[in-house]
Amino acid sequence: MTVVGTRRRAPRVGESAPRPDGVPKVQGRFAFGSDLWAEGMLWGKTLRSPHASARIVRLDVAPALLIPGVRCVLTHEDVTGSPYYGLEHRDQPVFASDVVRYHGEPVAAVAADHPETARRALEAIIVEYEPLTPLVDAEQALDADPIHPDGNLVRHLRIRHGAVDAPLPPDAVSVEGIYEIGMQDQAFMGPECGLAIPSDDGGVELYVSTQWLHVDRDQVAACLGLPNEKVRLTLAGVGGAFGGREDVSLHVHVCLLALRTGRPIKMVYSREESFFGHVHRHPARMWYRHSSAPDGTILRVDARLMFDGGAYASSSSAVIANASCFAAGPYRVPIAAIDGFAMRTNNPPCGAMRGFGAVQTCFAHEAQMDKLAAALAIDPVALRLHNALAPGDVLITGQTITGTAPVAELLRSLAGAPLPSDRSADDMLARPGGAGRTADDAHVRRGVAIAISFKNLLFSEGFDDYSTARCRLENGLVTVHSACAEVGQGFVTLAQQIARETLGIDEVVLAAADTTIGSAGSTSASRQTWMSGGAVWRACLAVRAQVLAAVAADHGCPVDSLEWVDDQITVPDGPPVAVRTFSEGRVFEEVVEYHHEPTSTLDENGQGNAHVSFAFAAHRAVVDVDVQLGLTRVVEIATTQDVGRIINPLQALGQIEGGIAQGVGLAVMEEIVFDNGRLRNPSFTDYLIPTALDMPSVTVVELIEQPEPGAPFGAKGIGEPPTISSTAAIAAAIRNATGLALTRVPIRPDDIALAVGGEQ
Amino acid sequence: MSVTVARSLDEALETLARVPQSMVLAGGTDAMVEINFGHRRPQHVVAVDRIPELNEWRSDGSTLRIGAGVTYAALEAAPFERLVTALAHAARTVGSPQIRNAGTLGGNVAMASPAGDTLPVLAALDASIELHRVGEVRVVPWHEFFVGPKKTTRRDDELVVAILVPVRRGPQAFLKVGTRNAMVIAVASVCLVIDLDERTVRCGLGAVGPVPLRAPAAEAWVADQLVWTDDHVRPRDPALSREFGRRVGEAARPIDDHRGTAAFRRHAISVCAARALGRAFDGGLQGGKP
Amino acid sequence: MIDDEEVSYRLRVNGADHDVPGAWLGESLLYVLRERLGMPGSKNACEQGECGSCSVLVDGRLVCACLVLGAAAVDRSIVTVEGLTDESDALSLVQRAFVDAGAVQCGFCTPGLVMTVHDLLERPKAASEFELREAISGNLCRCTGYGRIMDAIERAFAEADGQRP
Repeated sequence: MTVVGTRRRAPRVGESAPRPDGVPKVQGRFAFGSDLWAEGMLWGKTLRSPHASARIVRLDVAPALLIPGVRCVLTHEDVTGSPYYGLEHRDQPVFASDVVRYHGEPVAAVAADHPETARRALEAIIVEYEPLTPLVDAEQALDADPIHPDGNLVRHLRIRHGAVDAPLPPDAVSVEGIYEIGMQDQAFMGPECGLAIPSDDGGVELYVSTQWLHVDRDQVAACLGLPNEKVRLTLAGVGGAFGGREDVSLHVHVCLLALRTGRPIKMVYSREESFFGHVHRHPARMWYRHSSAPDGTILRVDARLMFDGGAYASSSSAVIANASCFAAGPYRVPIAAIDGFAMRTNNPPCGAMRGFGAVQTCFAHEAQMDKLAAALAIDPVALRLHNALAPGDVLITGQTITGTAPVAELLRSLAGAPLPSDRSADDMLARPGGAGRTADDAHVRRGVAIAISFKNLLFSEGFDDYSTARCRLENGLVTVHSACAEVGQGFVTLAQQIARETLGIDEVVLAAADTTIGSAGSTSASRQTWMSGGAVWRACLAVRAQVLAAVAADHGCPVDSLEWVDDQITVPDGPPVAVRTFSEGRVFEEVVEYHHEPTSTLDENGQGNAHVSFAFAAHRAVVDVDVQLGLTRVVEIATTQDVGRIINPLQALGQIEGGIAQGVGLAVMEEIVFDNGRLRNPSFTDYLIPTALDMPSVTVVELIEQPEPGAPFGAKGIGEPPTISSTAAIAAAIRNATGLALTRVPIRPDDIALAVGGEQ
Repeated sequence: MSVTVARSLDEALETLARVPQSMVLAGGTDAMVEINFGHRRPQHVVAVDRIPELNEWRSDGSTLRIGAGVTYAALEAAPFERLVTALAHAARTVGSPQIRNAGTLGGNVAMASPAGDTLPVLAALDASIELHRVGEVRVVPWHEFFVGPKKTTRRDDELVVAILVPVRRGPQAFLKVGTRNAMVIAVASVCLVIDLDERTVRCGLGAVGPVPLRAPAAEAWVADQLVWTDDHVRPRDPALSREFGRRVGEAARPIDDHRGTAAFRRHAISVCAARALGRAFDGGLQGGKP
Repeated sequence: MIDDEEVSYRLRVNGADHDVPGAWLGESLLYVLRERLGMPGSKNACEQGECGSCSVLVDGRLVCACLVLGAAAVDRSIVTVEGLTDESDALSLVQRAFVDAGAVQCGFCTPGLVMTVHDLLERPKAASEFELREAISGNLCRCTGYGRIMDAIERAFAEADGQRP
């Protein structure tokens, strides 16, 4: 038989493969967690504290149970296992018992046959509180009475690098500043949701939208008092995550309700509850002093970083480590003294969000670099280039960069990019203030500035970070199984591309992500392309080796006489073997656990090879500012990014644009506002995220492809860097337009208008 | 809780007479939020979005009678943009396209949120509210209708049926300050209406008081500072706009909240009022075009 | 069931009549679609009209289903994202453009945006990029930064122009 013609081949590594879930998503058929339904299902809802700090004096659920349709009410007394959970420290109660430590802390949960019945049941529960004075200031928390048995200090990371006791030369130039950042919310579109179904063996099946199935499973099982194998988690469609789903939210509550009632329970947070139900980005106050030689050579960086971790630890320890390790930015800094503090307060718990500690310090170190440039009368880009980190340089943690670090390349490429036209539109509606028609050209000024950042990829500080994957080839079909949480980032596409690349087979399907396979680790830290991508790759390579061995055995020839070309294997003694045909009726399967190179912990001086790899990105912001009204419009963000190697150009672009949008939000509008520990804006009416009219077009000037040694395909994770320095660049551009110091983000209209206002 | 989907004005009014505590549901853009969040659990809802009279408008040349059910999306377009330019501009700033397709002028008026986007326009135009109940129609000037945040003098058994807007020939401007470039609640807003026939200036203020406000002292002062002709106005002193803005700012009664500080709101009112007046001199946008 | 009067009514969704028996009257159209009629394509991201994830057409008007009282939507013609896919299962040109342009990431905002862009294609063509952005400004997306969505809109317009006689 002769086959003529060519088949259109499915995209491999390096090509813009379409998402396998794209079609169901545009049709509305993709099952997000909140879309799940089960026969006999009840609705779960959570009662939350209205106080930031209070003693619970009385808790009476009896009135709720009298409401027809209410099936179950649970409090701390009903927790069947450990009363506490937590990502790094198990310090957070499943339900508050004697005290509540933040506004929104869960106190009880109900199950009822209709969400409205459940809402009424919550209102019927009697809770008497004795309000206490909340501790809402991280700085004060250092000396205040502990609000938690574990104390108020979650972690103090002290970095002492170089000759910290040596005096600076007399001609050194120093600039100081204090920088603040408000509390940002991940604001993923799909609210928290889960469906728990009790199983016959006394265990529970939980379908949940999360970033890390196995770490959830471990915490849930402990709180239920069940062995891990009786708690089976399956990933339900995830409507965005950005760090906010790394912690347990409704998981334990929904399972407890299911086990108690013997019925499937669905829980879906409202948007308001979502603001209470997940951790946020740490607000921070950061003091910095940069000292340089007159030629701009940085001599020393001192910083004190005060991060408010809220009531429970979550991932504060790791966040403050990141903030501290990257506090000086991607520059050669021979001497550094950094003190990072993560504190416990009666604000809502803070934890992971895209950029993970580096966002806060980048805002500060880049403002300092501009300040230093001004003090030295050196061009800000030139100052950065002069101090740019390069491979072989030593970080302030004493670690030598052994991988790629194209800092100078990023800066040069970005600085050379043309600027957008001075009037992006003559239409008043396209000016700051939009359809509010406030713009007056006499008061609109344009600012331009750049910023650059870096951050670690993968987990650090000695954490045994790994991912598990199974590859199975049978009847010409490749099945890949990984517990990697697809949260929108596109791992499902990459997994297909990697399998196709390795095995030459177009037909690749992904098994549902669940806990029947080993952990894939978290979808965070820009790690899944490397870690789960790497695990899939190795599993496919193992299957490939099995197939080659089988072909060699069949043909009685050595394996090294075979060559795998696309979907065929050439053999010395005959026509090529089609892999598809060869796998008819045969199964080739391998499970691989892929670990990255071990890292070490940081010593008492914050020194150690704590990180595997680093990613860098630079941003240039062009912002129009109505200096009289303080309204802004980001006109353009141009970017260069260190990507190692691009696996999927279209998805890379989407990650970059999306990451920048979150940086835009933090720069000019996004902040959870508090009144003495109470959230004042837990809604999309008042917590504003960028609309299509706030987000400018992004110009990707260059994606620098220098393959990272040790990384599968040389690819670096690309999700976080776009968020990190975009905020800093926008803030700097607004400074450039207004001449104001603007040391806090988000920059509110008040900050500009009332400072410049005298000129009207 | 039950629902009456009223097919005629009479049916709606009769229902309101029978169950005066009914929640009136027009576009749903405010009322449904209260229901979804359990903030209100009305025992009866009267849906008024299918009453033909409410969706109509007509003009006799001097007064525009806009049915309460006319949506923001309709107000954005002809003929409103020509007749009441500021109202059309205000309508375009309300919420999102989806909200503007559903939300109505009558809903904005009846809800009486201090940040209601059309309210400073209605104040600046000296509009009136036409209320009906079984056997009675009354017309209430805007300043007697709005009495506090989300408080009006509408009686429980009354329905807002129409808004009566004087057609005023002359420059109009609406400026709204918010912290996002779309879909944002006003932090402060200003509507300036110059009536070339009356030779009066009216300035309405939004989101800076419990009710929409006017700046009568500044209005009277500035009218005397203008050189009036039949088809335009110009300032005697080029610095007039700035001083006008300052005086308008004094009329604001802003508060601090999570959307903005009182100091910023007053400042924004002054800046916007000054800019609005400046645009009037530029020949800017003209309302009341036949 | 809730200790309120229950109500039964009938809705016309995607060209077919659907009975809604024994409902609580406070249910939004979004809830009824998702939880009673088995049409979860319209998404529940804010339930206060601020995100556009539940955008549907009601008598040809693009609105947020969360702000429509289910029981007050009787006799209206309702079109949801499920109604865009015909029996052949083929994607509409807007859906195809979203897939091809890489406009989908987590996908939670996608059905609402697809509805909005379908509505946009029915109108006189928006002239400027500003107007296109304004048209989708009621649909919040947290993943994409809107760049690929704008590209999808351009592709959809180009495709639609090509199909016009």
